[in-house]
Amino acid sequence: MRHFEERLDELRKRLLEMSGLVESAIYRSVHALVEKDENLAHQVLENESHVNQMEIEIDDMAVRLLALEQPVATDLRFITSAIKINNDLERMGDLAVSIAERALNLMHEAPVNALVDIPYMANLVESMVRKSLDAFVKKDSDLARSVLISDDAVDDLRNGIYNEMVRFMEENPQRIPPALNLIFVARSLERIADHATNIAEDVLFLVEGIDVRHHAETRT
Amino acid sequence: MGAVTNLSSMSSEANRGEQLTGRLLRSFEPKFRVSHLNFYYGAVQALHDISLAIPQNQITALIGPSGCGKSTFLRTLNRMSETIRHTRVEGEILLDNEDIFSMDLVTLRRRVGMVFQKPNPFPKTIFDNVAYGLRVNGGHRGAALADAVEASLRRAALWDEVKDQLGKSALALSGGQQQRLCIARALAVNPEVLLLDEPCSALDPIATAKIEDLMFTLKENCTILIVTHSMQQAARVSTHTGFFLLGKLIEFNETDILFKKPLRKETEDYITGRFG
Repeated sequence: MRHFEERLDELRKRLLEMSGLVESAIYRSVHALVEKDENLAHQVLENESHVNQMEIEIDDMAVRLLALEQPVATDLRFITSAIKINNDLERMGDLAVSIAERALNLMHEAPVNALVDIPYMANLVESMVRKSLDAFVKKDSDLARSVLISDDAVDDLRNGIYNEMVRFMEENPQRIPPALNLIFVARSLERIADHATNIAEDVLFLVEGIDVRHHAETRT
Repeated sequence: MGAVTNLSSMSSEANRGEQLTGRLLRSFEPKFRVSHLNFYYGAVQALHDISLAIPQNQITALIGPSGCGKSTFLRTLNRMSETIRHTRVEGEILLDNEDIFSMDLVTLRRRVGMVFQKPNPFPKTIFDNVAYGLRVNGGHRGAALADAVEASLRRAALWDEVKDQLGKSALALSGGQQQRLCIARALAVNPEVLLLDEPCSALDPIATAKIEDLMFTLKENCTILIVTHSMQQAARVSTHTGFFLLGKLIEFNETDILFKKPLRKETEDYITGRFG
């Protein structure tokens, strides 16, 4: 393998390591909330600095490759995608932290009925994250497209939870704080799904060289 | 492919190689139309059935590994290739719809100038190097000749560096200055096309940057073709790029498409260094 290809491979591995960390942060934050597991929430908070550190390292590796190797074609698309995916992963990590903090706020509260939809939404979002990262690893554009399709369903779920929480607060004005916490959780999940969508779009650029952001070209 | 409709301004004949072109290739006004060009050095065929159109007032880069035929192709465009014995050419090359093989050779070479890899100024003064073509073609004398020499040196971005030493030998100039002098000499007769055969391969990055900047200003009045071994140079300066391999034109595309998402795997392998 040429030196340059080894460096690309290092970048790929580092990015996968980071995506593993972020995936597990999302998983733990959701389970901390649903299962009222304080330990899991703390693990997410502790891991954040690690994710931030990795973001800087990966950016540094990518910029160095751009400067020194002047990559073109598939190599260029890989490195520019890696920079964007890196940024999306770091934001996803922040959102997992935000969910973990809400989970800690809700730790000693009585259950709110919308929790029924939150695990369902979280499942869907986690599967989008997993699929977008798998699509990146396997350079699988069909899998990436399946992520784009799920995004609308997540938006609908977020709206449903929001409406349900408004009704709940009207009926239970003394329980506004926990309901607000759940609205924020739904919003964080929806944003994580947006970042997974970004990653899927980057995969399409990487594999097919087309830009599907903001429906620039047909998505299907 | 969609390229056919996008390339409506080109004749279907000239664009027989349409499968080589990108689906996003925008239409352009061709300066040259090359159809089914074959070229032989004795029994060895160096170019195989090349068909493409060269866009007017643009910079077209030709890339490919050594021996791929890119320089041979460049030299057919002003019939410089005929100066080598035992060569044979087949096919058609039209310059503004005129067959170059039935054109007067002096006229063709005045319209299509050439600059080589190694700067080759005449062992004369700076002034006389640029004035040479003007004198041969007649017409310019005295003040008019001096004005034309100055204009050419200015166009070649060399005037400020040599204006006080026009009587000095051209051979005393640095390599980068000599190369720009050769460009000035080529420009003096107002060519419509400039063929550059690796013009920067013997130059340092500063001299290279000057020549590249020069190309951008020249393309307003000139169609430029450049053969280069530097992929980065092709990417920096050209609007269109042709990739040659083993005497065949593998892909002709807009430069940013070719370097972002080439259509052909051979192109991808070559430009990313995974060749062979």
